[in-house]
Amino acid sequence: MSNWEAVIGLEVHVQLATKSKIFSGASTLFGSPPNTQACNIDLGMPGVLPVLNKEVLKMAIKFGLAINASINSPTQFARKNYFYPDLPKGYQISQLDSPIVEGGFLQIEIEGERPKKIGITRAHLEEDAGKSLHENFENHSGIDLNRAGTPLLEIVSEPELSTSEEAVSYLKKIHSIIRHLEISDGNMAEGSMRCDANVSVRKKGSDELGTRTETKNVNSFRFVEKAINHEIKRQIKILESGEKITQETRLYDSQLDETRSMRSKEFANDYRYFPEPDLLPVVLDKKFIESVKNEMPELSEDKKNRLITEYKLSDYDAEVLSVDPNLSKYFEEVVINSSNPKLAANWVMGDLSAFLNKDNLSILDTRVDATNLGTLLARIEDSTISGKIAKEVFEEMWLSQKGPDQIIEEKGLKQVTDSSEIEKVIDKVLEKNSSQLEQYKSGKEKLFGFFVGQVMKESKGKANPEQVNKLLKDKLKE
Amino acid sequence: MEEFYKLSIKEKLKGLTESTFSSLELTESYLQRIKKVDKKINSFITVLEDKAIESARESDKRYKEGSALPLDGIPIAHKDIFCTEGVLTTCGSKMLSNFVSPYSSTVVENFSANGSVVLGKTNMDEFAMGSSNETSYFGEVNNPWRGNYVPGGSSGGSAACVSAGLAAGATATDTGGSIRQPAALCGLTGIKPTYGRVSRYGMIAFASSLDQGGVLTKSAEDAAYMLKAMSGHDPKDSTSLNVDVPDFVEEITEDIKGLKIGLPKQFFSMDLPDYVEKSINESIKTFEKLGVQVEDVDLPHIDLSLPIYYVIAPAECSANLSRYDGVKFGYRCEDPRDLDDLYMRTREEGFGAEVKRRILIGTYALSAGYYDAYYLKAQKCRRLVADDFSNAFKSVDFILSPTAPDTAFSLGDKTSDPVEMYKQDIFTIPANLAGLPGISFPCGEHQGLPLGVQLVADNLNESKLLRMAHYFQLNTDWHEAWPEIK
Repeated sequence: MSNWEAVIGLEVHVQLATKSKIFSGASTLFGSPPNTQACNIDLGMPGVLPVLNKEVLKMAIKFGLAINASINSPTQFARKNYFYPDLPKGYQISQLDSPIVEGGFLQIEIEGERPKKIGITRAHLEEDAGKSLHENFENHSGIDLNRAGTPLLEIVSEPELSTSEEAVSYLKKIHSIIRHLEISDGNMAEGSMRCDANVSVRKKGSDELGTRTETKNVNSFRFVEKAINHEIKRQIKILESGEKITQETRLYDSQLDETRSMRSKEFANDYRYFPEPDLLPVVLDKKFIESVKNEMPELSEDKKNRLITEYKLSDYDAEVLSVDPNLSKYFEEVVINSSNPKLAANWVMGDLSAFLNKDNLSILDTRVDATNLGTLLARIEDSTISGKIAKEVFEEMWLSQKGPDQIIEEKGLKQVTDSSEIEKVIDKVLEKNSSQLEQYKSGKEKLFGFFVGQVMKESKGKANPEQVNKLLKDKLKE
Repeated sequence: MEEFYKLSIKEKLKGLTESTFSSLELTESYLQRIKKVDKKINSFITVLEDKAIESARESDKRYKEGSALPLDGIPIAHKDIFCTEGVLTTCGSKMLSNFVSPYSSTVVENFSANGSVVLGKTNMDEFAMGSSNETSYFGEVNNPWRGNYVPGGSSGGSAACVSAGLAAGATATDTGGSIRQPAALCGLTGIKPTYGRVSRYGMIAFASSLDQGGVLTKSAEDAAYMLKAMSGHDPKDSTSLNVDVPDFVEEITEDIKGLKIGLPKQFFSMDLPDYVEKSINESIKTFEKLGVQVEDVDLPHIDLSLPIYYVIAPAECSANLSRYDGVKFGYRCEDPRDLDDLYMRTREEGFGAEVKRRILIGTYALSAGYYDAYYLKAQKCRRLVADDFSNAFKSVDFILSPTAPDTAFSLGDKTSDPVEMYKQDIFTIPANLAGLPGISFPCGEHQGLPLGVQLVADNLNESKLLRMAHYFQLNTDWHEAWPEIK
């Protein structure tokens, strides 16, 4: 392995979240009965013509601006010709020359490494095909054309990724951008984001690229990682045995965790691209691009930087929070009620995330809203409760959806800060544990922790820990 | 009335408005004439007798109520390339011989919104590929002027039916001359408007960047009525022009004095039959008498038109016809073994020879390694041809030429030599390449067969073309002749 290095480029297909299709008025809703959302245009009836949905232009422009790319004007559609039953017209309307987005980049971060810039060659618009259904039809295949005409943005990276880890990091970044921009739901399980991985290996330090394979349609971060790793290993094994890599398209089988050949280059299609005569080149003037820019939400990179300067968060915390726009929004709402951003970040990324994960909920479906969590944290800050009690309160908030103050009140969890009260408890503990006290006094100072624990236990956690420490120290000196 | 068909559209509208006759009478007289005559002509693929009578009755009702529409009750025919909801729409092909369209083209809807009665769908070259109507799966069409002679193509059925008095006018399409050449061969007026003037939505595509709908009629005046009903911006067609449609009928009487005709020396140095040259020279003289000026113009790249066309049109058609794969609609081969067999046999059996030839040429021209040499080069040359026209239109209003190199030829005469057939469109193709409007109208005859003259104008100048043809027709009577159908 150590003699070899991989060269990886990714093609990511993102389904754009428009209400209607890219070239027709039919709905794009997922999961409807087969062929109920395909109109004459989607079916490729004789004589029909495409009309471009303007919304997709805006979405593509937003993506282009987010990755520091240039927006081509005019941008041109082209026909990509091939025969397949789920491709109704026998060609796909896509883009070849003058794609809407060209020449951008984004930055990936892997823990313990310096950030790496990954070039994005282009992103172009195209229509999705339908689906072939091979089950439930004896000796036949079914065709569902609901998906035909769904708008896609195909994002093509430069071959600048070197490991599966980098590839996943790149994908997550794309995922975060499209969700921030609200141009796609990024739902990989429903196919809203799909990835083809181009992989080749070469001797370390070599300038030449090896023969590559393309692994198609990998639909989760984990599978992308596994498919790439498998492919790198497979190629190295072939090369080390002195054989050659075949340029081909491969499929990843997640059940067997392996890639296998789909078709080799000899059977590759000649797509015979040519400019789509039914659609005129689209001129995108500066004013239009500027108006789209003004509609754009804050990008994760900008958001991250703002979280660092505004809330003094660590780079890591800011990164985690800014990946999901809903998570960072929640965080900022918590901070309205709590004056300690670091504490808020810890709770959002820690306890809250753990509860969400446990119940398999997204932040949008949280059972504790940001205002209540902010209030809870404020109670820690004003010493009404301890951090430990707060966890108990939080759990109760999660289950009962009551406010923190109500729970603290009902359960009598208010922290004891009255020194005489705490001293009474200390006296009781020392009296109960006279032998330990003797040992402590004869030099076994490690037992201090034991006494603290006993005091906290006796006060049912309500005693203010700092006060306990201080008062206990004083007592033991007596 | 036995000779209803001889009335102009204007006269028909007058008769209907004044209740001299009803649309039902008019429509029934056409339907009877179709029954009587079309056996010899074969201009219709589908006759819509019941539907026609039903819409004629509705028209009559509107006349009675005083709510008549602009073309109310006028019986017309649609080329079978225009999708018509609930009606067989074949495009002249076996591939669509069972295709009942689930929707109507914008052109069909526009005529229906104008109150026209649709008598039926007319025969045509398969997928509009041909210049003689001989590639139709539904049989050849006879030229009404002489049996066993072609009517021209691809809109041969539309031309023959209007020429034989089987419809007051017919819609047609023109990709390289498919309206103008049959107009010339059948003694009709045929106008191909500016690319984008008439919506292509629902007009089955042959070559998308060249296809344009238009009309075939007895006179320029009739054409003005039809074109007015047919034209207009259509949001369903992205290449449709968002411009106002002039009132072609009203503008047709405006003076033509002082307008200028250009004679391209490239066309006039060609070796044409004497009678063609003679008829053209006489047409020029007629225009001069009407105060039109004439001068020579240079279209230096015009001789590239035919080769450019036979790269671009087949290339676009090769993609446009991919959807006919036996999967969703249309013809499907019997018992396909597998997917490849389904594709191959469906297309082998469903398409005729000329269509296959063009798909092959187009596929080749777009293939990796050939694209730059053929398709891209053709597109660049197309620009040169368009520039030639723009330059010429700086000094003249029209380009005049014969419409076709000769009169109609006999059936089978050119079927074995595709290139000879392609030369039929040598004068008409340049206007398609440049997207310009062109008109053909009768200007003579040779041995009983009509001859046509063509005018091409700058973009959106259909009105001017119709005026020129109208004034010509006010001063000649070639367009008034009717064939004696034997």
